[in-house]
Amino acid sequence: MIEPKHIKIRVRNLHKSFGSKVVLNGLDLDVARGESVVVIGGSGTGKSVLLKCILGIIRPDSGSIQVDGKEVTELSSSERDEMMLKFGMLFQGSALFDSLKVWENVAFGLIQARGMDRDQAHDIAIHKLAQVGLAPEVGELSPAELSGGMQKRVALARAIAAEPEIIFFDEPTTGLDPIMGDVINDLIVKSVRELGATTLSITHDLASARKIAHRIAMLHLGKIIWSGPVESIDRSGNDYVDQFIHGRAEGPIKMQVSR
Amino acid sequence: MSDTSSSEAPFLVRLCAPVGRVFMSFLANVGSIAIFTGRALIHCVTPPFYWRLVVRQMIDIGYYSLPVVGLTAIFTGMVLALQSYSGFSRFSAEGAVATVVVLSMTRELGPVLAGLMVAGRIGASMAAEIGTMRVTEQIDALTTLSTNPFKYLVAPRLIAGLAMMPLLVLVADIIGVFGGFLIGVNKLNFNPANYLTRTFEFLETKDVVSGLVKAACFGFVISLMGCYHGYNSRGGAQGVGTATINAVVSALILILVFNYLITELFFSK
Repeated sequence: MIEPKHIKIRVRNLHKSFGSKVVLNGLDLDVARGESVVVIGGSGTGKSVLLKCILGIIRPDSGSIQVDGKEVTELSSSERDEMMLKFGMLFQGSALFDSLKVWENVAFGLIQARGMDRDQAHDIAIHKLAQVGLAPEVGELSPAELSGGMQKRVALARAIAAEPEIIFFDEPTTGLDPIMGDVINDLIVKSVRELGATTLSITHDLASARKIAHRIAMLHLGKIIWSGPVESIDRSGNDYVDQFIHGRAEGPIKMQVSR
Repeated sequence: MSDTSSSEAPFLVRLCAPVGRVFMSFLANVGSIAIFTGRALIHCVTPPFYWRLVVRQMIDIGYYSLPVVGLTAIFTGMVLALQSYSGFSRFSAEGAVATVVVLSMTRELGPVLAGLMVAGRIGASMAAEIGTMRVTEQIDALTTLSTNPFKYLVAPRLIAGLAMMPLLVLVADIIGVFGGFLIGVNKLNFNPANYLTRTFEFLETKDVVSGLVKAACFGFVISLMGCYHGYNSRGGAQGVGTATINAVVSALILILVFNYLITELFFSK
């Protein structure tokens, strides 16, 4: 058990339904300061909803979410903007602003939310782009001119640009080839180590999970059904986890296949 | 017996259910637009302000709509002169052409036609842009970068729509009157000085001001509908398409409704 003062994010008994579809059903999760937790689980099990609830993009039906001991489900919009300064997020589809140049994307949080002047923010953005292996010229392009892998790197640079305390990664390697996926994983590990940040990731890519996680938690039917250090995932003794990591169609997890 | 009674009740219910459903969803929409408007207005008047974005929207709405609004206005002015001349000549009132042109342009056709053109141009582009940002998670990304989407996306568009439409309509009024003047002088053989005197003889401040008030209202409605439908779009490319249609259609209808209400406000009695 983690000591309470070391807990960065604490989620208790979180419920969320969309219409009659129950997505989160009493979810509990703790993330310690400086820890990297990866939530694994099948498609449509509510992994993204969990992240969006913590970020306040989706309002949960009930339950408690605390960040640094402060309840965040009831924040006003200005308090939430304030709290967001601690966060960085890498979106599944990168979600770069296509009306802005690449460097303006990376510097967005610095300029808009922290009021940094544009020249200074430009230098930091170019530096962050270099950290993810992109040349300064890329900064002048528009996001639509980049490949998927490069967009992902830019999105990573944007997520870490303001040196946040907490970073969320939503399917960081989805849609990339295995080599580019591994490059992104390495970049994530490197930048998280440099920042000393707390991270929460969701993925169904186990290679990625093994690489970036300290601890893995398995989400099934709206609950965390198993969690443990990354080293112990192969001997979890949990049938659900075993089925998932070996990718078997047969097992306790029944896929909803319509006929 | 029991068979007929049990099939009769569901039939009546089935008949009434769609009416109720449509009415309920109409009320729900009105409510959610009202909440959206309230939130947007609060964010329009509380800092931080993104002036750079306001200016960009102003250029987009005001400057880049000039050609299409100008063309609409000049042809409308020209047609007005021709039509009123041929109509009024039946009872020998050709002299009223200049007055009819300027009153029609400033009170009605300037604001309404400019509003309809801008609704097609700007309402659609706002809904498509914000809708795409919604479905590609760019709006969520704004939130995670401590930037309120209402302040960053909605407020600048509302402010720009409200501020630029009156200017645009003022230009449209002038161009429309000029179109009437061109036809009056070159085709209908009016004396230029005489035509201009006639133009301003019966024009009151109220005529122009009511048109500009309409314009401001239309500008706000166009931006609001574009932002609202874009912001609430769901489900990929198709959702963005639906949002665009809804934004334009609802803006067009609201423009015509508000046109009547404001006319009633200024000119009844």
